[in-house]
Amino acid sequence: MAAKKKLDKNTIREVLRYIRRYRFLLVLSLLAAFVSAVLSLYIPILVGRAIDCAVGAGTVDMDSIIAYLVKIALCTALIALSQWTMTTFHNRITFQVIRDIRHEAFEKISTLPLSFIDSHSHGEIVSRVIADADAFGDGLLMGFSNLFTGVVTILGTLIFMLTIHPLITLVVVVLTPLSLFVASFIAKHTHDMFKKQSETRGELTAFINDVISGQNVVSAFGREDAMIEEFSEINDRLEKYALRATFFSSITNPSTRFVNNMVYAAVCLTGALTVLSGGMTVGGLTSFLSYANQYTKPFNEISGVITELQNALACAARVFDLIRQPGEPDDPENAVVLTDVAGDVTIDDVSFSYVPEKPLICHFNLHVRQGMRVAIVGPTGCGKTTLINLLMRFYDVNSGDISLDGQSVFAATRHSLRENIGMVLQDTWLLDGTVRDNIAMGRDATDEEIIAAAKAAHAHSFIKRLPEGYNTVIGEDKGGLSQGQRQLISIARIMLKVPPMLILDEATSSIDTRTEMKIQEAFARMMEGRTSFIVAHRLSTVRETDMILVMRDGSVVETGTHDELVEKGGFYASLWNSQFAV
Amino acid sequence: MKKLLPFLKPYIKECILGPLFKLLEASFELFVPLVVAAVIDEGIAYADKAVIWKMCGVLVLLGLIGMVCSITAQFFSAKAAVGFATRIRQALFAHIQTLSFGALDKIGTFTLITRLTSDVNQVQSGLNLTLRLLLRSPFVVFGAMIMAFTIDVPSALIFAVTIPILCVIVFGIMLVSMPLYKKVQAQLDKVLGATRESLTGSRFIRAFRMEEDAQETFDARNESLTALQRYVGRISALMNPITYIIINIAVIVLIHTGAIRVETGIITQGALVALYNYMSQILVELVKMANMIIQLTKAAACAKRIGDVLDTAPGQTFPDADATQDNNAPAVEFRHVSLRYGGAGDESLTDIDFSVPAGSTVGIIGGTGSGKSSLVSLIPRFYDATAGAVLVNGVNVQEYTADTLRGKIGYVLQKALLFHGTIRDNLRWGNPEASDEELLEAASLAQAGDIVAKKGLDHMIEQEGRNLSGGQRQRLTIARALVRKPEILIFDDSASALDLATDAALRRAIGQISYHPTVFIVSQRTSSLRHADQILVLDDGVLVGKGTHDELLASCEIYREIHQSQTGERSGKGGNS
Repeated sequence: MAAKKKLDKNTIREVLRYIRRYRFLLVLSLLAAFVSAVLSLYIPILVGRAIDCAVGAGTVDMDSIIAYLVKIALCTALIALSQWTMTTFHNRITFQVIRDIRHEAFEKISTLPLSFIDSHSHGEIVSRVIADADAFGDGLLMGFSNLFTGVVTILGTLIFMLTIHPLITLVVVVLTPLSLFVASFIAKHTHDMFKKQSETRGELTAFINDVISGQNVVSAFGREDAMIEEFSEINDRLEKYALRATFFSSITNPSTRFVNNMVYAAVCLTGALTVLSGGMTVGGLTSFLSYANQYTKPFNEISGVITELQNALACAARVFDLIRQPGEPDDPENAVVLTDVAGDVTIDDVSFSYVPEKPLICHFNLHVRQGMRVAIVGPTGCGKTTLINLLMRFYDVNSGDISLDGQSVFAATRHSLRENIGMVLQDTWLLDGTVRDNIAMGRDATDEEIIAAAKAAHAHSFIKRLPEGYNTVIGEDKGGLSQGQRQLISIARIMLKVPPMLILDEATSSIDTRTEMKIQEAFARMMEGRTSFIVAHRLSTVRETDMILVMRDGSVVETGTHDELVEKGGFYASLWNSQFAV
Repeated sequence: MKKLLPFLKPYIKECILGPLFKLLEASFELFVPLVVAAVIDEGIAYADKAVIWKMCGVLVLLGLIGMVCSITAQFFSAKAAVGFATRIRQALFAHIQTLSFGALDKIGTFTLITRLTSDVNQVQSGLNLTLRLLLRSPFVVFGAMIMAFTIDVPSALIFAVTIPILCVIVFGIMLVSMPLYKKVQAQLDKVLGATRESLTGSRFIRAFRMEEDAQETFDARNESLTALQRYVGRISALMNPITYIIINIAVIVLIHTGAIRVETGIITQGALVALYNYMSQILVELVKMANMIIQLTKAAACAKRIGDVLDTAPGQTFPDADATQDNNAPAVEFRHVSLRYGGAGDESLTDIDFSVPAGSTVGIIGGTGSGKSSLVSLIPRFYDATAGAVLVNGVNVQEYTADTLRGKIGYVLQKALLFHGTIRDNLRWGNPEASDEELLEAASLAQAGDIVAKKGLDHMIEQEGRNLSGGQRQRLTIARALVRKPEILIFDDSASALDLATDAALRRAIGQISYHPTVFIVSQRTSSLRHADQILVLDDGVLVGKGTHDELLASCEIYREIHQSQTGERSGKGGNS
């Protein structure tokens, strides 16, 4: 509990840091809220006084009435103006604070270590940047305006009431918190029902997700009826909990209203008796009754606002948690900028593991001379991509050193290292943009260069057939490209400007073998004189490399050329032979 | 919306009683000013403490009755809303189960999930709100106006003018801002897109040093979102001040005319106070109504989305009884079959013609997008051929019931999908009556014996099989298909997640199955197919080769190329690397 309080405090401090930039706007909008709340309380008094001037036929003081009406008009104008100012400024503060928070969150994502991105659900991170930031903004907007106006209204009413009659004011002040008490009592007791409701909802959503995304399996096995039955069971349970949660939470409103009505009756009684004993006028009683109503209302709103604000803070905490994540460590001072890399790679006594308890690569040594082609093979999940993660510095080694042309990569800038390595991964990824953007990937390139790259990757012919050729917009969820076509585009990216070193990870796994054959020729040209690392399932594609690393369960078990390894009769030989087995 | 009304039918009683009790509550609320008036006019005026006590007792009583009515109303509306939503959800889910793959492709999986979850929830809270408020607010607004008319007609005319003006402004601002809110939502989607992209593409963005480009894109989208939000905010910020001004102008006019009429003795001071109170009440209810209408439009949009799905025709119909099959006919036969997917321009399969004797093995090979998966998906009738006929045991697949046809077939998809439940639950999909021995036997055939032995049949599989590796999942899906001892076994490129040794062992095991199923293997590797009785070679949806491995090597150019590209056995120019 204490820890949670501290967390809240930190979050509030963090929120204030963002708001500070807009403190001028904030002061103005609070001022406007104050003006509008106080004047709104003043208008009923003016109306009352105006009405007091019209007691009966022939005695109406028209001049005074008109004077009051002018005052009312002035107040109305002022209130309208300050309401508008308040809302506009609140909007500006909220939307800009959200914008700033999102900006920082996104900035953080670009520098987060890959280990964080790989180990967290992307949907969850996205929802922090989008949904949580939104919910925070809504809460902030609602919270600030309602909370402040509510407090001003309560204080104002209290003062107006005290000026009329202190004793009856006491009745109101003592009784009103009852409604807060009732509200929190109900909230506490419905909490469990809400929890059950949201748990069951979650269960149902998970089930729906499962079944609908696997609908073809469901149909293939004729399990539709079984699924409907299972759905119905969860759905019925949800109905039960939802009914309870909805009903019991909707009791709050009538109950607090009942308490307010009781306050009203109490004021009416004590007020009327006071009038009888001559302590107050009838007009005073009327004002009192209307104030009693006004006084209780903000209390109900405030209890809502506080829940809203708590929720907003919880959302803010999740976004800030992302922003506070440590990024990739900065490049060392005086970091070397790698240029004109020849491609001589030395891996010296490297150890690495994703999780400390499970050592993966231990004391690994490897020397790759400039221009060598190194194949990495092994069964699924043997850690082939780990080597790539280390070479690209997506992950950093636990100990040991990797050097390029004798220069430790850890003393160089990440940018310059990555710029010198061209990478085609098994998981293709498309940028949300045109085909041209996807090949250029932020680099300057002429149309001719882009087309030449696409041709080299055998992607030109299908790109030409797309509705708008190179200007067709594609992306992760649009464009309707097949897996093979997507892979061709990622290959064209590399073909655009071939860096001194290459990493090809299962680069052609989704391309049919005839197209692959043609691409292999292009790859062969590309790899000429360049240090290359090739990960492949198909052993035929790695047969003619200069060195083969055979991996199994995370470590390199054999190294050598194809002929050496076949001759040796080890793990590689058994893999090689199995592809011809029946 | 009309589509959903039948689901409300079982709740007609609740739908009438809920609003009725709400109206009762509102009416009791309207009594309160009268009671207070009695306190002043009778109690205070005649110094009668008994009346004051009595009337305050009445106030307490009114409050009590109001609360009881209100809670009763909440109960009925909650019951109707929750029950309505539950029935819709059930019907929607059941309807989705009847949709053909073509219809599902057209609608899309993600949107179906949203419709079953958040759309139904929106409809639920929409109905709940409607039952509670829809009658109440207009009742109070018009009730107040009518009360005003009973007090003094000329003063009440001010109401008759003010209410329409207020309505026009409140709904006008809503109409203007609602499409803008949609735009805001769309822009938010773009910000979301950029965020998702930066996560899924983190390796690429870093490898290509695109961090700054990505940040620029994001900032630009974020900035236009903020600008749009502020624009909408400015418009809706007008709502409160303008309504406030109008109400107060009406109050000023009311007091002015009222005062004149009091002067001439037509109305009393008390009447003027009452008129003023009714004006305030109207403002409160109008604001409530505006909020409710926003909610209701949302709910109506959601209801329409649900209705759209319910309106979608299943796309396929199955007969009620099976045609008699001919056991001497080929197990599977394609007669000049063509397939064009809904909405697609070109045919995915063109004039495919072949027949498969029972118990034999067929290999299907071809380039990316050549139609291999489309071809096998016609056998269990996942899609219907647009021309020609697919026959199983001599009978057109369209003349089988779904249960019979799909019961004959064990289908293993490329994407290995398992469901939340134990390994036993998942394997029994193939045959709900299978004994543990049968499950273990199928698992060992599928090379999954070691997984089951290690983890046990009671091992819980998480959603989407997250706690298993790709290869383990794939082997379990194969076991699942084998459990039903199918007459026809289809592997739709499902061995690609397996390493070569496991793949080979699997093929050996399948060959030794005692009941000799007819086997279809879709693959990109000639090594997986070379011992098939018949290999079909597809190129761009056309059958370009048919025969055994050796025949095709001799006669089919494309097959030869595929084979050579995988084994390196070729004499032509250029090496593999």
